[in-house]
Amino acid sequence: MYSQGLIGADSRTEETDEFLAAFQARIDAEEKIEPTDAMPEGYRRTLIRQIGQHAHSEIVGMLPEGNWITRAPSLKRKLALLAKVQDEGGHGLYLYSAAETLGVTREQMTEELHSGKAKYSSIFNYPALSWADMGAIGWLVDGAAIMNQVALCRCSYGPYARAMIRVCAEESFHQRQGYEIMLTLCSGTKEQKEMAQDALNRFWWPALMMFGPHDGDSAHSEQSMKWKIKRFSNDALREKFINATVPQAEFLGLTVPDPDLKWNEEKGSYEHGDIDWDEFWRVVKGDGVMNRERVQMRKDAWENGAWVREAALAHAQKRTAKVAAE
Amino acid sequence: MGDVTPLWEVFIRPRNGLAHKHVGSLHAADEALALSAARDVYTRREEGTSIWVVRSEAIAASDPARAGENFDPAEDKIYRHPTFYKIPDDVGHM
Repeated sequence: MYSQGLIGADSRTEETDEFLAAFQARIDAEEKIEPTDAMPEGYRRTLIRQIGQHAHSEIVGMLPEGNWITRAPSLKRKLALLAKVQDEGGHGLYLYSAAETLGVTREQMTEELHSGKAKYSSIFNYPALSWADMGAIGWLVDGAAIMNQVALCRCSYGPYARAMIRVCAEESFHQRQGYEIMLTLCSGTKEQKEMAQDALNRFWWPALMMFGPHDGDSAHSEQSMKWKIKRFSNDALREKFINATVPQAEFLGLTVPDPDLKWNEEKGSYEHGDIDWDEFWRVVKGDGVMNRERVQMRKDAWENGAWVREAALAHAQKRTAKVAAE
Repeated sequence: MGDVTPLWEVFIRPRNGLAHKHVGSLHAADEALALSAARDVYTRREEGTSIWVVRSEAIAASDPARAGENFDPAEDKIYRHPTFYKIPDDVGHM
Protein backbone atom coordinates (compact mmCIF):
# COMPACT_ATOMS: atom_id res chain seq x y z
CA MET A 1 0.00 0.00 0.00
CA TYR A 2 0.95 3.53 -0.57
CA SER A 3 4.55 4.62 -0.13
CA GLN A 4 5.69 1.04 0.04
CA GLY A 5 4.25 0.71 -3.45
CA LEU A 6 7.51 2.04 -4.85
CA ILE A 7 9.56 -0.83 -3.47
CA GLY A 8 11.17 -2.54 -6.44
CA ALA A 9 10.12 0.19 -8.86
CA ASP A 10 12.48 0.80 -11.76
CA SER A 11 12.39 4.42 -12.92
CA ARG A 12 15.31 4.16 -15.38
CA THR A 13 14.38 5.63 -18.70
CA GLU A 14 16.13 5.92 -22.05
CA GLU A 15 14.25 8.58 -23.97
CA THR A 16 15.88 11.64 -25.54
CA ASP A 17 16.46 14.73 -23.41
CA GLU A 18 13.95 16.66 -25.53
CA PHE A 19 11.22 14.09 -24.93
CA LEU A 20 11.89 13.95 -21.20
CA ALA A 21 11.96 17.75 -20.92
CA ALA A 22 8.66 18.08 -22.81
CA PHE A 23 7.08 15.46 -20.52
CA GLN A 24 8.44 17.18 -17.42
CA ALA A 25 7.02 20.50 -18.65
CA ARG A 26 3.54 18.92 -18.82
CA ILE A 27 3.97 17.55 -15.29
CA ASP A 28 5.21 20.91 -13.98
CA ALA A 29 2.18 22.61 -15.56
CA GLU A 30 0.00 20.24 -13.46
CA GLU A 31 -1.39 18.53 -16.57
CA LYS A 32 -2.77 15.05 -15.95
CA ILE A 33 -1.25 12.23 -17.99
CA GLU A 34 -3.84 9.91 -19.59
CA PRO A 35 -3.33 6.31 -20.78
CA THR A 36 -2.77 7.00 -24.49
CA ASP A 37 -0.39 9.95 -23.92
CA ALA A 38 3.32 9.57 -24.67
CA MET A 39 5.20 8.96 -21.42
CA PRO A 40 8.72 7.87 -20.44
CA GLU A 41 9.05 4.11 -20.00
CA GLY A 42 10.36 4.71 -16.48
CA TYR A 43 7.17 6.61 -15.61
CA ARG A 44 5.06 3.77 -17.00
CA ARG A 45 7.06 1.05 -15.21
CA THR A 46 7.05 2.93 -11.90
CA LEU A 47 3.28 3.39 -12.04
CA ILE A 48 2.62 -0.23 -13.04
CA ARG A 49 4.68 -1.34 -10.05
CA GLN A 50 3.14 1.11 -7.60
CA ILE A 51 -0.51 0.78 -8.67
CA GLY A 52 -0.19 -3.01 -8.92
CA GLN A 53 1.28 -3.26 -5.42
CA HIS A 54 -1.36 -0.88 -4.13
CA ALA A 55 -4.05 -3.13 -5.65
CA HIS A 56 -2.44 -6.26 -4.13
CA SER A 57 -2.43 -4.52 -0.73
CA GLU A 58 -6.18 -3.92 -0.95
CA ILE A 59 -6.84 -7.53 -1.91
CA VAL A 60 -4.50 -9.12 0.65
CA GLY A 61 -5.83 -6.58 3.16
CA MET A 62 -9.20 -8.33 3.00
CA LEU A 63 -7.73 -11.42 4.67
CA PRO A 64 -6.97 -10.34 8.28
CA GLU A 65 -10.40 -8.73 8.65
CA GLY A 66 -12.32 -11.29 6.61
CA ASN A 67 -11.17 -13.81 9.16
CA TRP A 68 -13.12 -11.98 11.92
CA ILE A 69 -16.48 -11.52 10.16
CA THR A 70 -18.01 -14.68 11.64
CA ARG A 71 -16.75 -13.72 15.12
CA ALA A 72 -17.97 -10.10 15.20
CA PRO A 73 -19.52 -9.39 18.62
CA SER A 74 -22.79 -7.92 17.30
CA LEU A 75 -24.84 -7.70 14.11
CA LYS A 76 -23.92 -4.01 13.75
CA ARG A 77 -20.20 -4.82 13.88
CA LYS A 78 -20.65 -7.72 11.48
CA LEU A 79 -22.46 -5.53 8.92
CA ALA A 80 -19.78 -2.85 9.19
CA LEU A 81 -16.93 -5.35 8.80
CA LEU A 82 -18.60 -7.06 5.83
CA ALA A 83 -19.10 -3.69 4.15
CA LYS A 84 -15.50 -2.70 4.85
CA VAL A 85 -14.03 -5.93 3.48
CA GLN A 86 -16.25 -5.65 0.40
CA ASP A 87 -14.97 -2.09 -0.10
CA GLU A 88 -11.35 -3.29 0.05
CA GLY A 89 -12.14 -5.79 -2.71
CA GLY A 90 -13.68 -2.98 -4.75
CA HIS A 91 -10.66 -0.76 -4.16
CA GLY A 92 -8.38 -3.53 -5.39
CA LEU A 93 -10.46 -3.76 -8.57
CA TYR A 94 -10.40 0.01 -9.25
CA LEU A 95 -6.64 -0.09 -8.87
CA TYR A 96 -6.08 -3.16 -11.05
CA SER A 97 -8.11 -1.40 -13.75
CA ALA A 98 -5.99 1.74 -13.40
CA ALA A 99 -2.80 -0.34 -13.76
CA GLU A 100 -4.21 -2.15 -16.80
CA THR A 101 -4.52 1.17 -18.65
CA LEU A 102 -0.69 1.17 -18.69
CA GLY A 103 -0.48 -2.06 -20.65
CA VAL A 104 -0.10 -4.72 -17.96
CA THR A 105 -2.69 -7.52 -17.75
CA ARG A 106 -4.62 -8.62 -14.68
CA GLU A 107 -3.17 -12.10 -15.17
CA GLN A 108 0.42 -10.77 -15.12
CA MET A 109 -0.20 -8.84 -11.92
CA THR A 110 -1.85 -11.82 -10.25
CA GLU A 111 1.04 -14.04 -11.28
CA GLU A 112 3.57 -11.57 -9.82
CA LEU A 113 1.72 -11.44 -6.50
CA HIS A 114 1.67 -15.24 -6.30
CA SER A 115 5.33 -15.66 -7.25
CA GLY A 116 6.41 -13.03 -4.72
CA LYS A 117 7.85 -10.76 -7.42
CA ALA A 118 5.30 -8.07 -6.54
CA LYS A 119 4.92 -6.96 -2.93
CA TYR A 120 2.01 -5.68 -0.89
CA SER A 121 1.94 -3.56 2.25
CA SER A 122 4.00 -5.09 5.05
CA ILE A 123 1.19 -4.36 7.52
CA PHE A 124 -0.88 -7.32 6.33
CA ASN A 125 1.83 -9.76 7.33
CA TYR A 126 0.99 -9.20 10.98
CA PRO A 127 -1.68 -11.44 12.50
CA ALA A 128 -5.06 -10.12 13.74
CA LEU A 129 -5.22 -11.89 17.11
CA SER A 130 -8.23 -10.40 18.88
CA TRP A 131 -11.41 -8.45 18.17
CA ALA A 132 -9.61 -5.32 19.35
CA ASP A 133 -7.35 -5.71 16.31
CA MET A 134 -10.39 -4.90 14.12
CA GLY A 135 -10.53 -1.60 15.97
CA ALA A 136 -6.79 -0.96 15.70
CA ILE A 137 -6.68 -1.89 12.01
CA GLY A 138 -9.54 0.45 11.09
CA TRP A 139 -8.20 3.27 13.23
CA LEU A 140 -4.44 2.99 12.53
CA VAL A 141 -4.03 1.02 9.30
CA ASP A 142 -6.85 2.72 7.43
CA GLY A 143 -5.84 6.00 9.07
CA ALA A 144 -2.31 5.66 7.69
CA ALA A 145 -3.68 4.54 4.34
CA ILE A 146 -5.98 7.57 4.08
CA MET A 147 -3.05 9.89 4.87
CA ASN A 148 -1.20 8.43 1.89
CA GLN A 149 -4.16 8.13 -0.41
CA VAL A 150 -5.42 11.68 0.04
CA ALA A 151 -1.99 12.77 -1.20
CA LEU A 152 -2.29 10.38 -4.17
CA CYS A 153 -5.59 11.98 -5.28
CA ARG A 154 -3.38 14.63 -6.92
CA CYS A 155 -1.07 12.11 -8.61
CA SER A 156 -0.08 13.14 -12.16
CA TYR A 157 -1.49 9.94 -13.69
CA GLY A 158 -5.21 10.49 -14.33
CA PRO A 159 -6.61 6.97 -13.85
CA TYR A 160 -4.68 6.50 -10.57
CA ALA A 161 -5.80 9.88 -9.23
CA ARG A 162 -9.43 9.14 -10.15
CA ALA A 163 -9.31 5.73 -8.44
CA MET A 164 -7.83 7.38 -5.33
CA ILE A 165 -10.61 9.97 -5.16
CA ARG A 166 -13.18 7.21 -5.17
CA VAL A 167 -11.24 5.13 -2.63
CA CYS A 168 -10.82 8.08 -0.24
CA ALA A 169 -14.51 8.94 -0.39
CA GLU A 170 -15.37 5.36 0.57
CA GLU A 171 -12.64 4.82 3.10
CA SER A 172 -13.38 7.43 5.75
CA PHE A 173 -16.01 5.15 7.27
CA HIS A 174 -13.36 2.47 7.67
CA GLN A 175 -11.30 4.56 10.06
CA ARG A 176 -14.32 5.80 12.00
CA GLN A 177 -15.77 2.32 12.54
CA GLY A 178 -12.34 1.18 13.81
CA TYR A 179 -12.05 4.06 16.23
CA GLU A 180 -15.59 3.42 17.44
CA ILE A 181 -14.63 -0.19 18.23
CA MET A 182 -11.65 1.14 20.25
CA LEU A 183 -13.91 3.65 22.04
CA THR A 184 -16.36 0.92 22.99
CA LEU A 185 -13.59 -1.35 24.30
CA CYS A 186 -11.96 1.50 26.23
CA SER A 187 -15.20 2.36 27.99
CA GLY A 188 -15.84 -1.29 28.83
CA THR A 189 -14.32 -3.62 31.44
CA LYS A 190 -10.67 -3.57 32.51
CA GLU A 191 -10.03 -6.64 30.34
CA GLN A 192 -11.60 -4.97 27.31
CA LYS A 193 -9.45 -1.88 27.73
CA GLU A 194 -6.38 -4.11 28.05
CA MET A 195 -7.34 -5.75 24.74
CA ALA A 196 -7.45 -2.31 23.12
CA GLN A 197 -4.04 -1.36 24.58
CA ASP A 198 -2.56 -4.66 23.44
CA ALA A 199 -3.83 -4.09 19.89
CA LEU A 200 -2.35 -0.56 19.86
CA ASN A 201 0.96 -1.95 21.16
CA ARG A 202 1.16 -4.46 18.32
CA PHE A 203 -0.07 -2.22 15.46
CA TRP A 204 1.56 1.13 16.28
CA TRP A 205 5.03 0.46 14.86
CA PRO A 206 3.87 -1.56 11.83
CA ALA A 207 1.46 1.31 11.05
CA LEU A 208 4.37 3.80 11.07
CA MET A 209 6.28 1.47 8.72
CA MET A 210 3.42 1.68 6.20
CA PHE A 211 4.80 5.06 5.11
CA GLY A 212 7.94 3.36 3.85
CA PRO A 213 11.65 3.98 4.55
CA HIS A 214 13.03 7.32 5.72
CA ASP A 215 13.38 9.86 2.91
CA GLY A 216 17.17 9.44 2.77
CA ASP A 217 16.81 5.66 2.29
CA SER A 218 13.92 5.69 -0.15
CA ALA A 219 15.58 4.75 -3.43
CA HIS A 220 12.83 5.73 -5.86
CA SER A 221 11.24 8.65 -4.08
CA GLU A 222 13.12 11.48 -5.74
CA GLN A 223 12.19 10.62 -9.31
CA SER A 224 8.61 9.87 -8.27
CA MET A 225 8.31 13.24 -6.58
CA LYS A 226 9.66 14.93 -9.71
CA TRP A 227 7.08 13.16 -11.86
CA LYS A 228 4.42 13.98 -9.25
CA ILE A 229 3.51 10.33 -8.87
CA LYS A 230 3.94 11.03 -5.18
CA ARG A 231 3.60 14.51 -3.82
CA PHE A 232 4.73 14.26 -0.20
CA SER A 233 7.74 12.50 1.26
CA ASN A 234 7.42 9.36 3.39
CA ASP A 235 8.63 11.15 6.52
CA ALA A 236 6.32 14.13 6.02
CA LEU A 237 3.27 11.87 5.78
CA ARG A 238 4.42 9.75 8.74
CA GLU A 239 4.78 12.88 10.87
CA LYS A 240 1.33 14.09 9.84
CA PHE A 241 -0.11 10.71 10.83
CA ILE A 242 1.58 10.72 14.24
CA ASN A 243 0.41 14.27 14.96
CA ALA A 244 -3.17 13.34 14.10
CA THR A 245 -3.17 10.01 15.93
CA VAL A 246 -1.47 10.66 19.28
CA PRO A 247 -4.32 12.91 20.57
CA GLN A 248 -6.82 10.26 19.45
CA ALA A 249 -4.96 7.67 21.57
CA GLU A 250 -4.99 10.07 24.52
CA PHE A 251 -8.74 10.51 24.12
CA LEU A 252 -9.10 6.73 24.40
CA GLY A 253 -6.94 6.74 27.54
CA LEU A 254 -4.38 4.51 25.81
CA THR A 255 -0.58 4.80 25.78
CA VAL A 256 1.33 4.97 22.50
CA PRO A 257 4.08 2.31 22.85
CA ASP A 258 6.99 4.66 22.19
CA PRO A 259 8.90 5.85 25.30
CA ASP A 260 10.79 8.37 23.13
CA LEU A 261 7.68 10.04 21.76
CA LYS A 262 7.73 13.72 22.68
CA TRP A 263 6.12 16.94 21.56
CA ASN A 264 8.52 19.42 19.95
CA GLU A 265 7.07 22.83 20.69
CA GLU A 266 9.34 24.60 18.21
CA LYS A 267 8.41 22.34 15.29
CA GLY A 268 4.79 22.04 16.41
CA SER A 269 5.12 18.32 15.86
CA TYR A 270 5.87 15.02 17.63
CA GLU A 271 9.27 13.35 17.55
CA HIS A 272 9.23 9.58 17.59
CA GLY A 273 11.66 6.86 18.62
CA ASP A 274 13.66 4.71 16.20
CA ILE A 275 11.72 2.49 13.83
CA ASP A 276 13.01 -1.09 13.58
CA TRP A 277 13.94 -1.08 9.87
CA ASP A 278 15.45 -4.57 10.09
CA GLU A 279 12.02 -5.87 11.01
CA PHE A 280 10.49 -3.81 8.18
CA TRP A 281 12.75 -5.28 5.50
CA ARG A 282 12.38 -8.79 6.91
CA VAL A 283 8.61 -8.52 6.60
CA VAL A 284 8.73 -6.89 3.15
CA LYS A 285 11.05 -9.64 1.90
CA GLY A 286 8.72 -12.42 3.00
CA ASP A 287 9.70 -13.27 6.54
CA GLY A 288 6.82 -11.81 8.51
CA VAL A 289 4.57 -13.98 10.67
CA MET A 290 1.83 -14.18 8.05
CA ASN A 291 3.56 -13.78 4.64
CA ARG A 292 3.34 -17.43 3.60
CA GLU A 293 -0.24 -17.88 4.75
CA ARG A 294 -1.47 -14.69 3.06
CA VAL A 295 0.05 -15.56 -0.33
CA GLN A 296 -1.09 -19.17 -0.04
CA MET A 297 -4.67 -18.01 0.56
CA ARG A 298 -4.53 -15.84 -2.58
CA LYS A 299 -3.14 -18.74 -4.61
CA ASP A 300 -5.83 -21.08 -3.29
CA ALA A 301 -8.55 -18.55 -4.12
CA TRP A 302 -7.17 -18.17 -7.66
CA GLU A 303 -6.78 -21.90 -8.27
CA ASN A 304 -10.04 -22.96 -6.63
CA GLY A 305 -11.90 -20.32 -8.62
CA ALA A 306 -10.37 -21.34 -11.96
CA TRP A 307 -13.25 -23.67 -12.86
CA VAL A 308 -15.76 -20.84 -12.34
CA ARG A 309 -13.84 -18.52 -14.69
CA GLU A 310 -13.48 -21.31 -17.25
CA ALA A 311 -17.16 -22.27 -17.04
CA ALA A 312 -18.29 -18.65 -17.40
CA LEU A 313 -16.09 -18.19 -20.48
CA ALA A 314 -17.23 -21.49 -22.02
CA HIS A 315 -20.87 -20.51 -21.46
CA ALA A 316 -20.31 -17.09 -23.06
CA GLN A 317 -18.54 -18.67 -26.06
CA LYS A 318 -21.32 -21.21 -26.52
CA ARG A 319 -23.97 -18.48 -26.48
CA THR A 320 -22.02 -16.36 -28.98
CA ALA A 321 -21.69 -19.35 -31.30
CA LYS A 322 -25.42 -20.10 -31.00
CA VAL A 323 -26.40 -16.52 -31.86
CA ALA A 324 -24.01 -16.59 -34.83
CA ALA A 325 -25.60 -19.83 -36.13
CA GLU A 326 -29.17 -18.47 -35.98
CA MET B 1 -12.83 -14.73 -27.31
CA GLY B 2 -9.73 -16.57 -26.06
CA ASP B 3 -9.01 -17.70 -22.52
CA VAL B 4 -8.71 -14.26 -20.99
CA THR B 5 -11.83 -12.82 -19.36
CA PRO B 6 -12.69 -9.77 -21.48
CA LEU B 7 -12.64 -6.15 -20.37
CA TRP B 8 -15.80 -4.00 -20.18
CA GLU B 9 -16.29 -0.27 -19.70
CA VAL B 10 -18.96 0.70 -17.17
CA PHE B 11 -21.31 3.70 -17.48
CA ILE B 12 -23.69 4.73 -14.69
CA ARG B 13 -26.68 7.08 -14.72
CA PRO B 14 -26.59 8.72 -11.25
CA ARG B 15 -30.30 9.57 -11.42
CA ASN B 16 -32.96 10.13 -14.03
CA GLY B 17 -32.41 13.35 -15.92
CA LEU B 18 -28.63 12.86 -16.09
CA ALA B 19 -26.61 11.05 -18.77
CA HIS B 20 -24.77 7.80 -18.20
CA LYS B 21 -21.19 8.62 -17.26
CA HIS B 22 -18.06 6.48 -17.54
CA VAL B 23 -17.01 5.27 -14.09
CA GLY B 24 -14.40 2.60 -14.76
CA SER B 25 -13.90 -0.88 -16.14
CA LEU B 26 -13.99 -4.52 -15.10
CA HIS B 27 -13.46 -8.05 -16.39
CA ALA B 28 -16.39 -10.40 -17.01
CA ALA B 29 -17.15 -13.37 -19.26
CA ASP B 30 -20.43 -11.98 -20.67
CA GLU B 31 -22.84 -9.06 -20.42
CA ALA B 32 -24.94 -10.58 -17.63
CA LEU B 33 -21.89 -11.14 -15.42
CA ALA B 34 -20.52 -7.72 -16.38
CA LEU B 35 -23.75 -6.01 -15.26
CA SER B 36 -23.81 -7.97 -12.04
CA ALA B 37 -20.15 -7.17 -11.26
CA ALA B 38 -20.69 -3.49 -12.18
CA ARG B 39 -23.54 -3.33 -9.68
CA ASP B 40 -21.30 -4.75 -6.93
CA VAL B 41 -18.19 -2.74 -7.78
CA TYR B 42 -19.61 0.65 -8.74
CA THR B 43 -22.99 1.12 -6.98
CA ARG B 44 -22.41 0.16 -3.34
CA ARG B 45 -23.54 3.60 -2.16
CA GLU B 46 -26.56 4.47 -4.30
CA GLU B 47 -24.38 5.87 -7.09
CA GLY B 48 -26.82 4.96 -9.82
CA THR B 49 -30.24 4.02 -11.13
CA SER B 50 -29.05 2.47 -14.40
CA ILE B 51 -25.91 0.73 -15.69
CA TRP B 52 -24.52 0.29 -19.21
CA VAL B 53 -21.64 -2.06 -19.95
CA VAL B 54 -19.76 -2.03 -23.28
CA ARG B 55 -16.95 -4.30 -24.38
CA SER B 56 -13.80 -2.15 -24.27
CA GLU B 57 -12.68 -3.44 -27.66
CA ALA B 58 -15.93 -2.11 -29.20
CA ILE B 59 -14.95 1.50 -28.45
CA ALA B 60 -13.30 3.47 -31.26
CA ALA B 61 -11.18 6.35 -29.99
CA SER B 62 -9.59 9.38 -31.62
CA ASP B 63 -5.83 9.24 -32.05
CA PRO B 64 -4.11 11.17 -29.22
CA ALA B 65 -1.19 11.94 -31.56
CA ARG B 66 -3.64 13.92 -33.72
CA ALA B 67 -5.26 15.78 -30.82
CA GLY B 68 -3.70 19.03 -32.07
CA GLU B 69 -5.14 18.95 -35.58
CA ASN B 70 -8.46 17.60 -34.28
CA PHE B 71 -9.18 20.03 -31.49
CA ASP B 72 -6.96 23.10 -31.81
CA PRO B 73 -8.85 24.59 -34.81
CA ALA B 74 -11.77 25.38 -32.47
CA GLU B 75 -9.52 27.50 -30.29
CA ASP B 76 -9.57 30.72 -32.38
CA LYS B 77 -13.20 30.53 -33.47
CA ILE B 78 -14.46 32.86 -30.82
CA TYR B 79 -17.25 33.99 -33.15
CA ARG B 80 -19.01 30.73 -32.25
CA HIS B 81 -19.65 32.09 -28.76
CA PRO B 82 -22.41 34.56 -27.87
CA THR B 83 -20.07 36.97 -26.11
CA PHE B 84 -18.33 37.73 -29.47
CA TYR B 85 -21.31 39.86 -30.53
CA LYS B 86 -21.80 43.33 -29.08
CA ILE B 87 -25.41 44.20 -28.31
CA PRO B 88 -26.20 47.50 -26.53
CA ASP B 89 -27.44 47.08 -22.95
CA ASP B 90 -30.60 49.00 -23.91
CA VAL B 91 -31.75 46.06 -26.02
CA GLY B 92 -32.21 44.04 -22.84
CA HIS B 93 -31.50 40.38 -22.25
CA MET B 94 -30.85 38.35 -25.38
